[in-house]
Amino acid sequence: MKKSASQILKDNTMLIVLVVVYLAFTLATRGSMFSPFNFNELVTQNAYVFILASGMLMCMLTGGNIDLSCGSLVCFLGAIGAYFMAIRGVAPGISIILMLIIGVIYGCILGYLVAYVNIPPWIATLAGYLAFRGLGTDILSSNSNTGSISVKSVEGFLKIFAGRLFPTKLNVLNIPCITVGIIAAVLVVLLNVTSRATKLKKGYEADSAGMMLGKSVLEAAVILLVAYKLALAGGIPTVLVWVAIVVLFYSFITEKTTIGRHFYVVGGNREAARLSGVNTKRIMFIAYLNMAIVTVITTWVVLARVQAANSTAGTNYEMDAISACVVGGVSAYGGAGRIVGMVIGATLIGVINLGMNLLSWDANWQKVIKGVVLLGAVAFDILSKRNAK
Amino acid sequence: MAKILLEMKNITKTFPGVKALDNVNLKVEEGEIHALVGENGAGKSTLMNVLSGIYPYGTYEGDIIYNGETCKFNTIKDSEGKGIVIIHQELALVPEMSIGENMYLGNERGSKSRIDWDTTYVEADKYLKMVGLSESSKVLVKEIGTGKQQLVEIAKALAKNAKLLILDEPTSSLNEEDSKALLDLMLGFKKQGMTMIIITHKLNEVSYVADKITVVRDGSTIETIDNAGHNIDEDRIIKGMVGREITNRFPKRENVKIGEINMEVSGWTVHHPLYPERVVVDNVSMNVRKGEVVGIYGLMGAGRTELAMSIFGQSYGILTAGSLKINGQEVKLKKTPTDAIKHKIAYVTEDRKGNGLVLSQSIKVNTSLANLDSLASKTVIDKDKEYLVAEDYREKLKIKTPSVEQLVGNLSGGNQQKVLLAKWMFTEPDILILDEPTRGIDVGAKYEIYCIINDLAAAGKSVIMISSELPEVLAMSDRIYIMNAAKIVGEMKASEATQENIMAAILKSGRGD
Repeated sequence: MKKSASQILKDNTMLIVLVVVYLAFTLATRGSMFSPFNFNELVTQNAYVFILASGMLMCMLTGGNIDLSCGSLVCFLGAIGAYFMAIRGVAPGISIILMLIIGVIYGCILGYLVAYVNIPPWIATLAGYLAFRGLGTDILSSNSNTGSISVKSVEGFLKIFAGRLFPTKLNVLNIPCITVGIIAAVLVVLLNVTSRATKLKKGYEADSAGMMLGKSVLEAAVILLVAYKLALAGGIPTVLVWVAIVVLFYSFITEKTTIGRHFYVVGGNREAARLSGVNTKRIMFIAYLNMAIVTVITTWVVLARVQAANSTAGTNYEMDAISACVVGGVSAYGGAGRIVGMVIGATLIGVINLGMNLLSWDANWQKVIKGVVLLGAVAFDILSKRNAK
Repeated sequence: MAKILLEMKNITKTFPGVKALDNVNLKVEEGEIHALVGENGAGKSTLMNVLSGIYPYGTYEGDIIYNGETCKFNTIKDSEGKGIVIIHQELALVPEMSIGENMYLGNERGSKSRIDWDTTYVEADKYLKMVGLSESSKVLVKEIGTGKQQLVEIAKALAKNAKLLILDEPTSSLNEEDSKALLDLMLGFKKQGMTMIIITHKLNEVSYVADKITVVRDGSTIETIDNAGHNIDEDRIIKGMVGREITNRFPKRENVKIGEINMEVSGWTVHHPLYPERVVVDNVSMNVRKGEVVGIYGLMGAGRTELAMSIFGQSYGILTAGSLKINGQEVKLKKTPTDAIKHKIAYVTEDRKGNGLVLSQSIKVNTSLANLDSLASKTVIDKDKEYLVAEDYREKLKIKTPSVEQLVGNLSGGNQQKVLLAKWMFTEPDILILDEPTRGIDVGAKYEIYCIINDLAAAGKSVIMISSELPEVLAMSDRIYIMNAAKIVGEMKASEATQENIMAAILKSGRGD
């Protein structure tokens, strides 16, 4: 089955929107958007969205369920982590594990309530949304006069989550970064070629050679561009490694494994899934336990970037994660959505944020524009799909 | 000759890529019951949607002449204003609202800003009486059965001053008794001068109520048959529907080899999951042999589905007594379908859209769903293998689709049923429980499903076929259990069974309660 050009366009509307918006901002900022520094900003500023939205995607797959508590949990866990590391002087490694344990305990409780007590997720997580903000603020205000605990002194922690691999100075080409970029690009191309070859060998449908070549060239070009820009910005930010691990992991889970498939069918038709032998309650439990773990990783990254825990940390993160998913084509009713889409959605939101900041637009109007653009992007996607039918 | 109330002339309706209706002509006389028959996807519903304005004027070609004037309907409101009212196959009632509220939904009594509830309920009661319902219009819809809900739909239509009533498969979810009552109600309306169009798959009903029958096939009207004597031969209609003579509606079983008992339940008693005092399956004992097709006949609500689902890993109800033997060994299944699947039991649901298929996923994903582990090593799915399996079943079961990547939601009812069967066949079961395997699918697809059932039995599987269609049970089964009011009230060999003695067994057992 060969895809027509218009079909390819329709399948990739959001990607095209992303490119257009990016180019528009690049023009408007006279190229500043395209600078190595801002490439780096785009990655580090939005790392939390990529990570958090991976977990949110899993929740949404099960039937449009969401987690409202993750933003407040970031605040609470951040406060605990900062308290241990900066005030009690606990080693970063142990503090990280403590945060993880607390997150897992919360995830188990939440998962149990959602899966086995049948409390609607948005209500179950609304409790955490309120409670964790309160708890976090309380820890901060009783341990600091400013209501904020700095972790600037905990260098080990910052290095792991907000440092760079083999750092170099700005505008000096970072060799390890470029090398990794080249390897990644070659791997992607090889993967495309071999997967098409095996498909052809077994006589399945496969993209045409030109199509595969075009896709490979584009993908490799994007990877090399990012690697080049980051190399000039001082090297690979460690946070990118974390994002890559999380995104690749969930992309593998959703596309290749039985448990990932179960998430989709539970969201598509829970009763049919149950009668086909899928343990639907276990899937719901895993979704929310997993969400809590992802939130812990987000907390590490955010705490290290801000270098302090404060009471506004994580505000609206749940909304950012949900928007990234929805803009990325994840169904608000469950059963459909891909990690790739979410990554595009999150990047689009990040580009809009960064672009507006660079143009130093009024903060209040930035919110208005963001809201309108989100709605417009999703409406455009839905309409173009409808016309496709 | 009576006056022509409705004439649809040369109606052509095209969807992107398909011509759904091609020069369709339909003439309905005043005061008659006109049946519209045809296979699924023949264009019956599209035609009615054109008539009612769901597809507005201008999106189709041709003319609608109603009561002597050419109509250009833009919305359903327009057609309802003229007295053309459709009752759709899927009930459109809000369960949490009262009967009266439902009847005047979108047609509220009172002024623009205020609903006059007193008038609403008084008028609703009046129409309820006309359809023979004694319930108060203040009762919530969820508290009455499907049969009565269908009557509420009719009362709702009457409340809109219907002159031409269109009923789309009105009896598809009713049991035989309720169906009969509904058809008699239609005949009563006819005496009062109402004109009706009925769309149905049940040909005995067509022959019973219809004065004229129009056959639709592949988007065209094939013929209009007169049925003034109400004695038309069903095979005559089928011939028009499928375009060829069907000599045999049920394929013959060849080399029937019935082996030993494969599964046996005894003293099986199940209580309702929410109202534990209610017994839904009462001390049932039955068995099925290898290579045998056992029919379970019973009216809807007799406890057939409850029995099947409780055997299938207690996926319904609370099991309070009874034992299950598979291959002579007593087994205690855990309360999960997974365990039943492991013991080679498959339950093919009657509700393929509700709890059978994931409509938003592809044929491939649905086919592999119940046995996904066999396609995976260390939870990583072998997608190539999965594709091959789906392709294999597509060929074997003649699923009509360009590709197994097609979403199941886009398939016709018959093809969906085949995908559902494929899913369970892929679990390689020894015992298949088929719950209403041919509900709502057309004659051609039914025949193919029957062939599949025969093949399964020939391969030594045990098949339990639950059905409320007597001819189907009689023709397909080796042995028949008759179920009524939660009990098995009769067992007979197919060779000895007739419609009469099956109905007698039900009547003798009383209506239960």
